[in-house]
Amino acid sequence: MSVDFSLISQYSGQILDGFGVTIISWIGAVALGMAVGFVIAVLQLFTGRWVRAVLRVYIEVLRTTPFLVQLFILYYGGPNFGVSLSAMDAGIVSLALYGSAYFAEIFRSGFLSVPAGQVEAADCLGLSRISTIWRVQLPQMLVIITPALINMIIILSKETSVLSIITVPELTAVLTQIGSEQFIYVETTLVLCVCYLILVAITQKLGGWAELKASRYLQR
Amino acid sequence: MFDASTFTQALPLIMKASQMTIFVSVIGLMLGFVIAILVVTACLSPSAWVRRCGNFYTFLFRGVPLLVQLMLAYYFLPTLGINVSPLTAAIAAISLCEGAYLGEILRGGFMGIPRGQIEAAHMVGLSSAHTLVRIEIPQALKLTTPSLINEMILLIKASALISVVGVAEITRTAQNVAASTFRPLEAYLIAGLAYMLINGVLSIVGHYAEQRFGRA
Repeated sequence: MSVDFSLISQYSGQILDGFGVTIISWIGAVALGMAVGFVIAVLQLFTGRWVRAVLRVYIEVLRTTPFLVQLFILYYGGPNFGVSLSAMDAGIVSLALYGSAYFAEIFRSGFLSVPAGQVEAADCLGLSRISTIWRVQLPQMLVIITPALINMIIILSKETSVLSIITVPELTAVLTQIGSEQFIYVETTLVLCVCYLILVAITQKLGGWAELKASRYLQR
Repeated sequence: MFDASTFTQALPLIMKASQMTIFVSVIGLMLGFVIAILVVTACLSPSAWVRRCGNFYTFLFRGVPLLVQLMLAYYFLPTLGINVSPLTAAIAAISLCEGAYLGEILRGGFMGIPRGQIEAAHMVGLSSAHTLVRIEIPQALKLTTPSLINEMILLIKASALISVVGVAEITRTAQNVAASTFRPLEAYLIAGLAYMLINGVLSIVGHYAEQRFGRA
């Protein structure tokens, strides 16, 4: 067996492009998924039993089916109900929906972790419900849920590799393509591993910093 | 919009494919558990170098997407002269990956056991191996039952990825049905339902197991 990286270095431009697509779809999915998840968690606080039941079903369906199947339903099955998205859009949207179910659960557990007395106290002081969430509940729960959020963000970064299956030109797709063009599967897969490891390691570092930032008010 | 005949056509095929999904997941889980015990032993070893190896294993297999690990098993092993079938590659990748995740879960469980228990076991004359089997492992399993059930559900879902190397499990079969009937929506919906069913059963059994064994 011989490993030769000279061939693959000619493709560094393409690999960087693929890395860019990976990062864009990842950040897009995280931003969208976190926003949807937060809205779902807040809705679960305010709405009646029926709406809550519907949201519960949404969360459970997305959490018990594989992401790949959800992706296929949206991308290949979407046109059947009038949703025709490009591979990239379908990828970002389905990754965001997948993530939103998990983010919603994380935010829900966060809301549960803040003592009810805090909300009552804020109510007595005349804070509106929205500013209670924003000023009282969110800062306190962030201390607790930041590690879980970071964990989910890291999971989503790896889940972007699945988008290669529906031909999104991200890192995995680009490197598999190069591998089959040049018959250098070993080199391309090793480069792929290193790229993802770097991505995960950086996210972990940033996550540690975010945890410090979230718990800063406790140290004052 | 919906075509009910695709459902009836695909149902027996998907049922049969579920067996493959469950087979791969169970074998992957069992092998993964063996690897996890090795990893957790390494991670909690007194020697710094062995600990570093264990941590590196965890970092490697948790940091690389399962899809990439699958491709590595499928393309990399043949270049070492080991010819693997898609099924072997899939099981290898899943168990290696699972080993890292289960290892982390078990590590949490082992660290949750108070140090005094182990000291007490030594005081009453139990050997180290005996302490591990009789004192540590039962308690670690109790502490980690919910996470283990959760990991099993994640594993069933992760097994959808092995469709990529051509193992005929639920997702692969649904792809074939979609290609032959031109009804992708129905094919993938039924696949989704199959996964929900398996995971639903798992979480009910898990809930029961948790009440039975956990929190004693």
